[in-house]
Amino acid sequence: MLESIIQNLFNALQWGSFYSLIALGYTLVYGVLTLINFAHGDIFMVGAYIAFFLATFFLGSLQGIPGWVTLTITIPLTMVLTACVGVALERIAYRPLRRKGANRLYVVITALMCGLILENGNLALLGASRKSFPEMIDKVVYTIGSVSLTNLKIAVIVSAVLVFILLQFIVTQTRIGMAMRAISYDKFAVPLMGIPIDAVIVFTFVLGSSMAGLAGVLYSMSYPILDPYMGALIGWKAFIAAVVGGIGDIRGAFLGGFLLGFVEILVVAFFPSTFRDLIAFSILLVILIYKPTGLFGVAKTTKI
Amino acid sequence: MQRLSIPLMLTLLFSALIAASQTGLIDLYIQSVIMFIGINIILSSSLNIVNGYMGEFACGHAAFMAIGAYVASILNVWLFTKDKFFGSPLLPPEMAIYCFPLVLMAGGTVAAFAGMLVAIPSFKTRGDYLAIITIAANFIVTSTIINMSAIGGARGFMGMKKIVFAMEDVVDLPWMLIWVIIGTVFSVWLIRRYVSSTYGKGIIAIHQDEIAAEIMGVNTNRMKLTAFMISSGLAGLAGALFAHILGYINPGSFGILKSTECLVMVYLGGMGSLSGSVISAILFTLLLEGLRFVIPWIDAGLHWLNLIPDAYEISQVWKWVIIPLILVLLMQFRPEGIMGNKELSDIFPRLRKWYQFK
Amino acid sequence: MALLEISGLTQNFGGLCALSDFSIRFNGDELTGLIGPNGAGKTTVFNLTSGFYTPSAGDIRFKGRSIVGLRPHQITGMGVARTFQNIRLWNDMSVLDNIRISQHYSMGYSLWDALMRTAVHGRGEQRIDRTAMEILESLNLSHYAAELPRNLPYGIQRKVEIARALSIKPSLLLLDEPAAGLNSADIQGLIQLIQWIHDTFDIAIWMIEHQMAVVMKLCSWIKVIDFGVTIAEGTPGEIQNNPDVIKAYLGDDTI
Repeated sequence: MLESIIQNLFNALQWGSFYSLIALGYTLVYGVLTLINFAHGDIFMVGAYIAFFLATFFLGSLQGIPGWVTLTITIPLTMVLTACVGVALERIAYRPLRRKGANRLYVVITALMCGLILENGNLALLGASRKSFPEMIDKVVYTIGSVSLTNLKIAVIVSAVLVFILLQFIVTQTRIGMAMRAISYDKFAVPLMGIPIDAVIVFTFVLGSSMAGLAGVLYSMSYPILDPYMGALIGWKAFIAAVVGGIGDIRGAFLGGFLLGFVEILVVAFFPSTFRDLIAFSILLVILIYKPTGLFGVAKTTKI
Repeated sequence: MQRLSIPLMLTLLFSALIAASQTGLIDLYIQSVIMFIGINIILSSSLNIVNGYMGEFACGHAAFMAIGAYVASILNVWLFTKDKFFGSPLLPPEMAIYCFPLVLMAGGTVAAFAGMLVAIPSFKTRGDYLAIITIAANFIVTSTIINMSAIGGARGFMGMKKIVFAMEDVVDLPWMLIWVIIGTVFSVWLIRRYVSSTYGKGIIAIHQDEIAAEIMGVNTNRMKLTAFMISSGLAGLAGALFAHILGYINPGSFGILKSTECLVMVYLGGMGSLSGSVISAILFTLLLEGLRFVIPWIDAGLHWLNLIPDAYEISQVWKWVIIPLILVLLMQFRPEGIMGNKELSDIFPRLRKWYQFK
Repeated sequence: MALLEISGLTQNFGGLCALSDFSIRFNGDELTGLIGPNGAGKTTVFNLTSGFYTPSAGDIRFKGRSIVGLRPHQITGMGVARTFQNIRLWNDMSVLDNIRISQHYSMGYSLWDALMRTAVHGRGEQRIDRTAMEILESLNLSHYAAELPRNLPYGIQRKVEIARALSIKPSLLLLDEPAAGLNSADIQGLIQLIQWIHDTFDIAIWMIEHQMAVVMKLCSWIKVIDFGVTIAEGTPGEIQNNPDVIKAYLGDDTI
């Protein structure tokens, strides 16, 4: 009994790690720009596909090199390329609107549409057949009692924690992090203070998108079937998790992601799996109704 | 005489369409396009109440469409047809023709009450939070339906064609065309009456300054409730009509993609413009249908120009790249949409002679 | 029965005490001023009275009935109207629509009436229109009826906001810094307007204001608060010479 709980615990931690990594990206961008980057889940998908192509290419062209070398090339390269996609999205779609001082709603709609373009563009260009992610390293299974963990699972959880610590450090302890927080308070005063607002925003997207790329690689390694819509559902859920945690707050996104992971694994343990989404969304909705600004969120008061 | 001009024109158009359909002048395909235009007009204008006039960001309109579709379909199939799960019909099929409007209203009413559940969280939250609540609601509705195997679950529900046949057996007219037109006119008429009265203008005040509205005497909670209920009720009506046109519904057709279509129509037409919603619904439906033909031409053209490899075919999926792209460009260059927040009578002042719009 | 009776009103925002033990009484036709340095808590008093905040302690009674905990639109329905420090008109609707919508509470018809265009709806709309046009005419604003507030000069917008408040036919009118942002000509017009409103309607006016010329000219009674605490009250003459008031605004001699 205890062992199945521990098993589920680790499953939840791993599953929650993916949500956390993606939620962190949402929250970074929202914290700085007050923009729900609805395309973020699809950037995760793009990351997974980039990783697929890189891994296939390297495994094919670098025969005889140990798998873990491919891994060490693929992961950073995926993160960099995914960051490029995120930044491209910012430059092409969001920045012009920001320049014009467009209503936030228009940017959100643009984000939603860009997500659709990425999904359906992928489907249109690469076809409907699902891709199978190649194995780069051998799975090592550690067994303690009847609890089994793979090295991959551990790696995923550890990555999520490390990323969180890194981001928390950047946002609270570095100058650029301070700039990011400043922008979230007053976008107009910041450039007047000599801070290059565009550079900071690009940096934010780089951070968020590379985390999504990392999530993409790790996810594909854990669940090796890729399809163009894989980002959509996970993206929406990670977003809701970020909001439940308190959007704009990194701790909120981190915890929200794990909370969602736990809820889903718990639900699947007791109910048929078709109920998973239903119950997960309902629980999140209930939390939001009672605490509209999320668990870590701060209520904003309006002054009149 | 001028006051009657609009009803007169509509009646003429209505009769012309019915006659054309009966005599086979317009084939079934064109009829279905007209019916989808009508459904989209209802969806677009009803979402415009909440997203346009009231300025909220509700992203789950398809959920209410689903509720209306399923409620109406189940009622009709249960009452009037023989079905695997429900057994023999409870009432003679000949009665279907009289009960059809009641069933439609039932679908709309249940959807309206569901709208109430979404409205209540909106009292305290706005903007992004409402987006999340409505998205979650959309998922919850579709997941619930998927889990109800009694009504087909993920595989869908059918039997509505038998209702239409039953109606045609009694009087041979294109009943779905008739009901869609009636439903569309009803929706637009209702919404226009709602927003042109001082009562309805309260939601515009909420959009522009909710605090001032509350302090100046507008019961903001009640206004939000009525706005959501009317909006979702009409979406339910559209869903009920949709179900009977197709004869088959499944939860997949009422997901986020459908909600996104509704969003596209509203923002394309212009937030807070009823004529905008109508125009954009018409254009959008025609665009979707048009792309069905245009894409193979583009494919043929690109192959002929040797711009793309032979093995690759431009499929209909590109539709869903082109449409979001149109909206992205719209947001960049004309975010207020086709009509902005004006009505036709603002752009063509001479139309005001014919009818009052504001 | 007093029109408005506030007793022991206290408001805490977290650890900050914005208002402490504030009391005042209106009989029904006063023109009272509320003054004090910036951040003293004056707008908080108005926000509490109009129901935007719920007080941490104390009671507010309007026409004998406690209005603590009522929603703002209900309080407005009872006869309290206000204007705002930063003009809060509905900028994308015509001036006439602005004055129509403020009568929302007393529309007198339901949604069903509106949709079915019943006679009740017709009568209600007629009354709304008539009241709106009357108010606009009496304030010399009729020719702006179809304009959007965003296109009007600031002084006119201020007048429209006051017109909007008057359309509720209030017994108590709260004016939050009505002279803010006006030039001297507009201020003269404003003083005349407020005096005219006070003389013409059966109304009590309570005014927050920084422009001393306006306050001293119009108000028969003035209350001064600083850091949420009442430091003085009396006639304009008494207030002008009150050392505590002078200290609050100008500081004292000790350096």
